[in-house]
Amino acid sequence: MDFLSDQSPEMLPGNRSLPPLQGAIEAPHGTTIVSASFPGGVVLAGDRRATMGNMIAQRDIEKVFPADEYSAVGIAGTAGLAVEMVKLFQLELEHFEKVEGAQLSLEGKANRLSTMIRSNLAMAMQGLAVVPLFAGYDVDREKGRIFSYDVTGGRSEETGYAATGSGSIFARNAMKKLYREDLTEEQALTLVVQALYDAADDDSATGGPDVARRIYPIVTVITDEGFRRLTDQESADIARSILERRLEQPDGPRAALL
Amino acid sequence: MSTPFYVSPQQAMADRAEYARKGIARGRSLVVLQYADGIVFVGENPSRALHKFSEIYDRIGFAAAGKYNEYENLRIGGVRYADLRGYTYDRDDVTARGLANVYAQTLGTIFSSAAEKPYEVELVVAEVGSEADGDQIYRLPHDGSIVDEHGSVAVGGNAEQISSFLDQRHRDGMTLAEALKLAVQALSREPGGGEREIPAERLEVAVLDRTRPQQRKFKRIVGRQLARLLDTEAAGSTPTDAPSDTEDHDSTDSADSTPDSTEETDK
Repeated sequence: MDFLSDQSPEMLPGNRSLPPLQGAIEAPHGTTIVSASFPGGVVLAGDRRATMGNMIAQRDIEKVFPADEYSAVGIAGTAGLAVEMVKLFQLELEHFEKVEGAQLSLEGKANRLSTMIRSNLAMAMQGLAVVPLFAGYDVDREKGRIFSYDVTGGRSEETGYAATGSGSIFARNAMKKLYREDLTEEQALTLVVQALYDAADDDSATGGPDVARRIYPIVTVITDEGFRRLTDQESADIARSILERRLEQPDGPRAALL
Repeated sequence: MSTPFYVSPQQAMADRAEYARKGIARGRSLVVLQYADGIVFVGENPSRALHKFSEIYDRIGFAAAGKYNEYENLRIGGVRYADLRGYTYDRDDVTARGLANVYAQTLGTIFSSAAEKPYEVELVVAEVGSEADGDQIYRLPHDGSIVDEHGSVAVGGNAEQISSFLDQRHRDGMTLAEALKLAVQALSREPGGGEREIPAERLEVAVLDRTRPQQRKFKRIVGRQLARLLDTEAAGSTPTDAPSDTEDHDSTDSADSTPDSTEETDK
């Protein structure tokens, strides 16, 4: 990163000059990312839709990426910028690991991502915001941790669950009613897919499971064994079982009233 | 005003080469071997913090003998080169050949520049392919030439003796335990002809394993895993001692004059 900024600063996402323009640029936007922790790890999932204004720009976009062996990042916001930010973030973590011979601490990774979002503020002011969700397994503390960000790079650690993107309000509320601290890994996986279903239910920019095209959410899990992305089949199985139940109960599982 | 003594270019280069060779010879040797599933790096290293082997990129590993600060400098340069390449283009566009060329340029420039002392290092850059045929091993001596090696290579103090030993016994398709055993045998040889014991905690071992599911194939073998591999070697048979195995590997006694290793000169 330091080397890149010395050698070719124009390659860094934050250092590009912007053409003067009026109004917002129309570019594909990614939508909802959700994450929840469970004893022993953390899950991170994202829907597959990218929108451009009122149009669906892409049905099968991938918005959750491994950052390194023990962490992952999910992106909401301008897809092009976000994907590049993740690419640079992955590179930096790997570069640090190779040069220093040790991994960055989870805290260190989260801080680094914060600076990268901050450097994108000028773009964000023009409507090209990138707001990721960062989740990882803290090898030192032996638990999964979630960090959410705002557009200025402000970082806050979330306990339990978090969501970002246009459908985040609905997803967060769904998880608020369903989340428990003693979830198993399978339950946590079901929880995040439920939350994505609820987000897609109420937010037009979030895509639900597409049974006809076999497009299902991307679901990842990080434990002490490292990052694992569920296969399409595993993800489809979770989505289908939820869909099955929703045929009887369209609003999903009911939480106790009191 | 005093006139400097005339020194012929041949003499100047020979002196510099002599200086670098002596520096490298002071360090411990290390070996790089092909085995069935990849490439293994084995060396004797009393320090657990200062590594002789390192990951450069997905499929590329680095090994160095000589002065630590000098090869560490080259290693970091290589990591930067590879990461920048991979970021600018694609991960597949980072190759051992390209990296070896950059190292050759750097070492060559330093070696022939009168202002600097030559680097006392000898490098090995290895890339593991998806098949055994795709494996590449390049040896880079102190003067910036590139030697394309096959099967096995040794660098450092006792390199000539070790590599002739390896050439006689190394064959294609060895298992990791077999290759490791052979490497340790080779490293245990004293220049005088005797042998000495190298304890497991003084060994530094790393592999580029093509069967690893991750994109990054480099892995250090430490602790229990190393002990287990060394154990299987002690219990297992010793087919590597059979000299008939040299048939499927056209080798000669000295690596420096191996006919199948092509010497490339940099432009």
